[in-house]
Amino acid sequence: MTAAGLGIQPVTVWTGLWREHRVLFGRWLARLRREPLALLALLVQPMVWLLLFGHLFGQMAATAQVPGGSYLRFMTAGAVVMTTFNGCLMGGVELLFDRESGFLIRMLAAPARRVSIVTSRFIYLAALTTAQGLIITAAAWIMGVRYATGLAGIAACLAIGALFGAGITALSVGLAFSLRTHSQFFPITGFASLPLTFASSALVPLALMPGWLRAVARLNPMTYAIDALRTLILTGWQAGPLLGTVAALVAFDVICLTAATLALRRGLR
Amino acid sequence: MSSSADPAVQVKDLTRDFGSTRALDGASFEVGKSEIFGLLGPNGAGKTTTMRILLTLLRPTSGTARVAGLDVTAEPVAVRRQVGWVPQDRTVDPLLTAAENVTFMAGMYHLSPREGRRRAAELLAMADLSEHARRPARDLSGGMRRKLELAMSLVNVPAVLFLDEPTLGLDISARRNLWAYVREIRDSGTTIMLTTHYLEEADMLCDRVAIIDRGRIQATGVPAELKERLACATLDDVFLAATGQQLAEQPAADQLVTS
Repeated sequence: MTAAGLGIQPVTVWTGLWREHRVLFGRWLARLRREPLALLALLVQPMVWLLLFGHLFGQMAATAQVPGGSYLRFMTAGAVVMTTFNGCLMGGVELLFDRESGFLIRMLAAPARRVSIVTSRFIYLAALTTAQGLIITAAAWIMGVRYATGLAGIAACLAIGALFGAGITALSVGLAFSLRTHSQFFPITGFASLPLTFASSALVPLALMPGWLRAVARLNPMTYAIDALRTLILTGWQAGPLLGTVAALVAFDVICLTAATLALRRGLR
Repeated sequence: MSSSADPAVQVKDLTRDFGSTRALDGASFEVGKSEIFGLLGPNGAGKTTTMRILLTLLRPTSGTARVAGLDVTAEPVAVRRQVGWVPQDRTVDPLLTAAENVTFMAGMYHLSPREGRRRAAELLAMADLSEHARRPARDLSGGMRRKLELAMSLVNVPAVLFLDEPTLGLDISARRNLWAYVREIRDSGTTIMLTTHYLEEADMLCDRVAIIDRGRIQATGVPAELKERLACATLDDVFLAATGQQLAEQPAADQLVTS
């Protein structure tokens, strides 16, 4: 046995960051694997959006003007972004569980950087929602949806999704550190989820919305992400609007991260 | 800088206010190297506040605290490398296996994956948990989970190990089993500072105790010596003499028997 107090030596910043992120990410992943129902839901839910909504609204939409000619093609962008939105919106709750159980404060007593607990969660959710996005893309491909921009377009779609997801994750993490118990968390996220989805261009083109809803949807960051994906899937590369979307999403992320940092300062103190 | 002559823990005139409430009011004490030191006191006496300051989770309002020769305010990260902690809340991750819980903590202390696995095997063996290494922690008994928490707190070979109510809620055989493990940890060179509600535990396990009440240290010494000095038959009476009250009624969890 090693002599007391001689067990560990300081490591370089990068080695430390790598080692703490490795175990933190590994823990989030292990927790998911041990909950088979949650894992199944994460894999199946994207299909549900596409199949259920795609066919449900597809019948009605047959009579209306749907950009891209088929509702399924139109809907694919919405399914990818909605899945990212829901995954990231719920993504902060694990930190709230850790706060409630006392596991968080135990982690805070370790030499690992405190912010790594949060950044590992961002990385985990980006990886998870990217995997879900790939599943949706593959399912849509099987049903005949082809991306106008090919493989590079798929990568761009997933990157835009991750950019949007980062802001939502920040909001969720901020919420987790602002509330006392998870029984407060679920009503709030549950209440926010559906209206934000419907007040976006996920299911219906902005042009077909009543004026007031269109005005709300124009302010919804989800609309920006969806419209960018939709252009990549249906039309092709349009540098101008694409860069505009990226700029808008970066601004959204900055606002959310700032809000989350304020909540974290209190919660991690 | 730390030197080998420093005490393991050195607390001087430590004060901590929460708003208008003074949780610690000029507490001073020292813990020698390789001691098992018990901090006894009723609920709200300042035990947890003291421990959280020593763990760098709280800043003192005034006064100084040094752990392993390092100032907790000036060098918090260096202090964290030198200490281990078993909080009173149950903090194993029930979804991870016993081994994963330990390797997770090893990573949080910046051990390499290989060192982490080696250390986990070593610590689980020391805690008699080797055969349960691959079981999810939720399937372990209360006593085994508590030992797993201790194993998790030892990944960095701490100079000082802090135990908050280490045997709360355990039945007597699990409690004795855990005491033996704590002594074994001490014998390997780690200093142990614990809080406890059980005066029997303080008497049997601790080399020295401090009695804290209303944020102040009321008495410090070897249990037998304290009994003699205050002319008391039991540590219970010592406690009464030092604080003017019986040790607060045992917390509710104490009534639970976990095997």
